[in-house]
Amino acid sequence: MNDQLYQDRIVSLAKAKTGAGKLASPTKSARRDNPLCGDRVIIDVKLDDGGKISEIGHQVRGCLLCQASASALASVAVGRNAAGIEKVRLDAERAIGREEGEAGEPFSAFAPVKAHKSRHECVLLPFEALKDALS
Amino acid sequence: MSFDVAAVRRQFPILSQIIDGQPVHYLDNGASAQTPDAVLDAVRTYETTGRANVLRGVHRLAERATEAYENARIEVADFLSVAPMEIVFTGGCTAAINLVAYSYGSLLKPGDRIIVSELEHHSNIVPWQLLRQRSGIELDVVPVTVNGRIDLNALPRLLTPRTKLISLAHVSNVTGTLLDVHAVVTLAKTVGAKVMLDGAQRAPHGPLDLAAMGIDFYAFAGHKAYGPNGIGVLWAKSELLEAMPPFLGGGSMIGRVTFAETTWAPPPRRFEAGTPPIGPAIGLGAACKWMRTLDWNSAHAHEMGLVERLMDGLQKIDGATLFGPASTQNRYPVVSFLLDGVHPHDVAQTLDSFGVAVRAGHHCCQPLMDRFDLDGTTRVSIAPYNDNTDIDALLTGVQHAARTLR
Ligand SMILES: Cc1ncc(COP(=O)(O)O)c(C=O)c1O
Repeated sequence: MNDQLYQDRIVSLAKAKTGAGKLASPTKSARRDNPLCGDRVIIDVKLDDGGKISEIGHQVRGCLLCQASASALASVAVGRNAAGIEKVRLDAERAIGREEGEAGEPFSAFAPVKAHKSRHECVLLPFEALKDALS
Repeated sequence: MSFDVAAVRRQFPILSQIIDGQPVHYLDNGASAQTPDAVLDAVRTYETTGRANVLRGVHRLAERATEAYENARIEVADFLSVAPMEIVFTGGCTAAINLVAYSYGSLLKPGDRIIVSELEHHSNIVPWQLLRQRSGIELDVVPVTVNGRIDLNALPRLLTPRTKLISLAHVSNVTGTLLDVHAVVTLAKTVGAKVMLDGAQRAPHGPLDLAAMGIDFYAFAGHKAYGPNGIGVLWAKSELLEAMPPFLGGGSMIGRVTFAETTWAPPPRRFEAGTPPIGPAIGLGAACKWMRTLDWNSAHAHEMGLVERLMDGLQKIDGATLFGPASTQNRYPVVSFLLDGVHPHDVAQTLDSFGVAVRAGHHCCQPLMDRFDLDGTTRVSIAPYNDNTDIDALLTGVQHAARTLR
């Protein structure tokens, strides 16, 4: 077996399910589908008056990578506005080799996805949904 | 009779490859099958000894190319037990279905009805939806049973005098279930509807006798039937082809062109506008010829033996369930399964790390996935060159996924 992808850190992030579930009264929500693989992410956010995320909930119908990414994103999203989320996205893109530089935590866990181009979108889908929710 | 799988495997150069220290366990034949030396050699012979355009040249290479291309049509016709002039080369199975939807579809009137089923591949749904937009036909959908078979008990009540065509998968690309063609044809006759079969998943498993089946149209793809990419086949009864207007216009499909009026060439050329995919057609001819060299009684028994081994193995894995019938009767070697708590893509990715290639996802059958409220399935699709080691490697990988990803 050459199992480099599903390392413990990714599996743990997915199993942690940080932020999994619906918010009761979100300020904004957005849904993103990946038509190629059928993954689907719905993100709810509650925003404070300054446009910062005060609560986040995600519903992922998708693979482990997508779940792990949504979980990682939710773990760092609170207190950030759209620009702050863009910085987090940069970490994710660094981890999977789309951008130069070191990925910050917890996204360094996604480094094994670098070699699996067909799975990059799985990691980025929650970011796409959150971007829609914040725009 | 026993089946010499090793002898078959030796004819497929790709199967002897080692990638990252692992053999190739190729169980994604339903997406694209592998190709034997006989096909590679035929394409190479064309490219190196007879490469030229067809139908238009008087020089020797053009004559060789034309002869090889027309011989390929004869090979395909023999494989399907029909007349060569009823074989239209297309760009693929999807292209063949679209050809029928445009050309035969243009003969339909608003309010005419076409029946498809809930388990169709998108390529046997969307072309009819486009036709519906263009010309106001209506679409009716036969449901599937809990076992993933087209529910033919539900077909009679969908039939009306306006039903012009029933277009169904001969074999499902998700559940492997075989259609009861005789029942469909019998019912279709009661209202005078034509029958089209999407044979993409049936053609790779041996010769057919289309003439005896009583159907009107048949489509399949070369790349799933051990042939090259970029080639597919539409077969239709000659009187239908005669009545159908062209789909694409261009060279080769005309009788005489003037700006006032252009007449059409007779079929099949009427439907082969422009330079056809010559090398791929020749390769597909060789693939059809190659398929006829196998003893399909024993090849099919071999394939279904692997299906049994797979089903038995899956049953022993905690959380694994079959999607589709658990029986090997009236089915072909395509098997979908679910692993509780693990997404199909993660199953497939884990299998890749064991050197096992399968397909995961909706398999271009979103309506079927919706019907069963599934994200997708993991699909194993078997060809005659697969063997026990392929199934065992797969089962080991599924066990690993069940242990580590839940
Ligand atoms: C049942 C069925 N129909 C049609 C197709 C479409 O074939 P192609 O993409 O080669 O045109 C496929 C292939 O995925 C299939 O499995």
